[in-house]
Amino acid sequence: MLTVDRLTVSYGPITALHGVSFTAARGEITAVLGANGAGKTTLLRTLSGLHRADSGTITLGDEPIGSVAAERMPALGMAHVPEGRGVITELSVEENLRLGGLGRPQGGKVTDADLQVAYDLFPVLADRRAQQAGTLSGGERQMLVIGRALMARPQLLLLDEPSLGLAPRIVAQIFALLRDLVADRGLSVLLVEQNARSALSVADHGVVLDLGRVVADSDASALAADDQLRHAYLGF
Amino acid sequence: MQQLLNTALGGLTLGAVYAAFALALVLIWRSTRVVNFAQAPMAMVTTFIALVVIDAGYSYWLGFAAALVSGLLLGALLERLVVRHVDGKAEINAVILTLGLFIVLHSLAAVVFGNEYRSFPAPFGIRGFEVGDRTIALTGFGVFTLVAVLVVMGLLVLLFRFTDLGLKMRASAFNAEVARLLGVQVGRMKTLGWALASLVGSLAGLLIAGGSLVHPGYMDSIVVYGFVAAVLGGLDSPAGAVVGGLVLGLSLSFVSGYVGSQLVALAALLILMLVLMLKPGGLFSSTTARRV
Amino acid sequence: MAAAAARTARLRTALSEVTLLRHLVGAALGLLLVVLVLSAVDDFRRVQLAEMAYLGIAAGGLTVLTGLNGQLSLGHGALMAFGAYTTALLLPDRDGVPLVVVLLAAVAVTVVVGALVGVAAARLHGPYLAGATLALAVAVPGIALYFKETLGGEQGLRIIVPEAPTWADDATFFVTGQDLTPRGWIAFVAWLTLVVTYFLLANLSRSRVGRRWRAVRDDEVAAQLAGIDLARSRVSAFMVSAAAAGAAGAVLAIAVRLAAPSSFTLNLSLTLLAAVVLGGLGSLTGALTGAALLTFLPQVVTDLGREAGLDDIAAAELAPLVYGVVMVLVILLAPAGLFGTAHRAVVTRRTRRALAARAADGRASTGAPTDGSAGPTDSDPATRDSTTTTREGAQP
Repeated sequence: MLTVDRLTVSYGPITALHGVSFTAARGEITAVLGANGAGKTTLLRTLSGLHRADSGTITLGDEPIGSVAAERMPALGMAHVPEGRGVITELSVEENLRLGGLGRPQGGKVTDADLQVAYDLFPVLADRRAQQAGTLSGGERQMLVIGRALMARPQLLLLDEPSLGLAPRIVAQIFALLRDLVADRGLSVLLVEQNARSALSVADHGVVLDLGRVVADSDASALAADDQLRHAYLGF
Repeated sequence: MQQLLNTALGGLTLGAVYAAFALALVLIWRSTRVVNFAQAPMAMVTTFIALVVIDAGYSYWLGFAAALVSGLLLGALLERLVVRHVDGKAEINAVILTLGLFIVLHSLAAVVFGNEYRSFPAPFGIRGFEVGDRTIALTGFGVFTLVAVLVVMGLLVLLFRFTDLGLKMRASAFNAEVARLLGVQVGRMKTLGWALASLVGSLAGLLIAGGSLVHPGYMDSIVVYGFVAAVLGGLDSPAGAVVGGLVLGLSLSFVSGYVGSQLVALAALLILMLVLMLKPGGLFSSTTARRV
Repeated sequence: MAAAAARTARLRTALSEVTLLRHLVGAALGLLLVVLVLSAVDDFRRVQLAEMAYLGIAAGGLTVLTGLNGQLSLGHGALMAFGAYTTALLLPDRDGVPLVVVLLAAVAVTVVVGALVGVAAARLHGPYLAGATLALAVAVPGIALYFKETLGGEQGLRIIVPEAPTWADDATFFVTGQDLTPRGWIAFVAWLTLVVTYFLLANLSRSRVGRRWRAVRDDEVAAQLAGIDLARSRVSAFMVSAAAAGAAGAVLAIAVRLAAPSSFTLNLSLTLLAAVVLGGLGSLTGALTGAALLTFLPQVVTDLGREAGLDDIAAAELAPLVYGVVMVLVILLAPAGLFGTAHRAVVTRRTRRALAARAADGRASTGAPTDGSAGPTDSDPATRDSTTTTREGAQP
């Protein structure tokens, strides 16, 4: 689904990613793991077109997307789910969802039926549809950003730290939902997480970054079983 | 009683103009988080363009349209060519930039159109209506002013509340990066915001100029009143800007009528400070915690 | 530990003494230069130089406020009006109050007003502060119009400037062999005020107070954590800046022998801002450069315009056009200002050369290369790439 090949990215004089390569397979959950400063955020921002790579290629399906602008990504079938703080707090819940729908490849009006799909997935959002998104709790915000990304009917979902600041129960709920989405809709997911234990429990495949380099790339279960790796890079 | 009524009516008409100008400021604030102090000379320039068209023998309405269209273009142009480049820089840079534009447009107009007062026509009567045997301070042009401002406000509310374009514009204003990730062409929305604002500002310029004199500096104090009106309304809300404009127009009209016209600007300053100290989110906000 | 601390403290005292000495020498040299220049030029130039002096004084005050403390004021023209009207009220006839007392009174009155404005301004930021001070600039002339009896309305108040004291007359004759003309005297007073003001401002900005101002400008939260009272720091910066504006207003009134509302339009405030931006925010030398540009540029540009076939009125408008355009370009291309950018280029080159020399020597030296002349321009707010100031990023 998504192939990253020898990606090197820098911010000013600092090189944040050194020739990173990996593949996120179709219909799977791929977790990108690593400590703070490993380059996860840089990777995500580069994948979604907010930042340009110095060299290397990014391919979505068959299409190279290394020089595609961020605002064109939804139309190519890739939706970036910023962490829960990425809700637009001043807009209502429904307006946030509607906005997500406007990015669909086929365009067109966002109908009530479209919205209903999101509300069926997250009934709590239906109750709060007219509220300002800024009034939502952390868990509800995370649901809103995921629901909003799904409105664009993407093939690939990029998730930025969905567990950040959430209670374990809510994290489990959200990860279970991701599994269902992959199973039911054939969605592919790239999950960038610091919380390695939870992420590996849900992912099919894992990539571990350290100081901007890939230090492990393997099945999720294999990574979770590698004690040395876990202690050195994953902190559990 | 007569004076009271006339002061109120005069204030309402004046307030409508402030409201239009405040609307322009609010639109730009919403789209780019910049208070456009250059709005005054921008409106002045487009009013002069209307005057050139009218003086060339064409109808008032052609001049009117020319001003609005040139306002639209001027706003888009300035955003694309100049304002865009301070995006993401310290907020003081944007303020200084719009003040620089203020000076530039001002002197440019003086060079091109001349520095003297010129009279500007009005399409409707500028004498008060007669009610019974009395003349009240509401003119045909005053009614036109009020209606025009209300219509524009209505259209803007429709745009922002009920259209996808309006939703995208608001999203870009509130959180540009997230809006981009959702596929919104943020740059275009900002340009559009400036263009629309400049159009509304041009309308304000025409409404102030109608039946009066224009000069490169004739809008200068209006930028202050427009700003105060916009802050009264919370700086973020088109409806708030209109109500703020009307409230300010009425208050200042009473100051002018009963205290002295020289102190109008001082009164505006006091009102501004009171609002910022007591209700920084505007008259209609429920919260008081807001950074101003 | 204690010894090291004591050493640092001693070093700091020594450094501050050096700074004070440097500023004193600078002021003395500046004054000497002023006397030499004033005696070499004719009365017409002296009038222009007096104008440059009051623009420079006010711009100096504004650059401290905007450049060092990060507060923008469009109301400094209005503050100058307070100084000018105080002067006018104290100098109604030839036997008025001594000039020094007049200047001090003008400063005192303006500081009081500045404190009031500052208290309100301390709670505002960016566009709100700009809007509020803009309202001040527009509102103040109205006060003079309203209190026609005392403040003279549209015509304003005439000012009778006291004659030069005999010592100044004698000294001038002794030094230059010429008599001291009234305009020469006024220009001298104007520049003496400027030198004193700049000396005080330079010392203040290098002092602890100045460091606090900068800390507040750079990062409010960090400043607050460091125990700095934000409001107090802001108000004190505003008061100091207002003091300079008051002195500038007094000098303006003496120089044009009139305090009238038409002198204190919005245009004056914008002109001051232009001077500060052109020179580079936060730099006194920059403010003086800006004032010089604004004083001498108009004539050159107007002449050019006339030669190009413009009529007099249009030609007169070319000067603001030029400095408006330059102001926009400075913000877009060289936010450190014309002076600041040139200065920085020199410093960078010098630093690089020093680094290269040190690398060649192969001696590893501790501490970054410091350049004593790197003034406050080094970290003016306009060049800081702050992306956090818009509300977009700030969500609960």
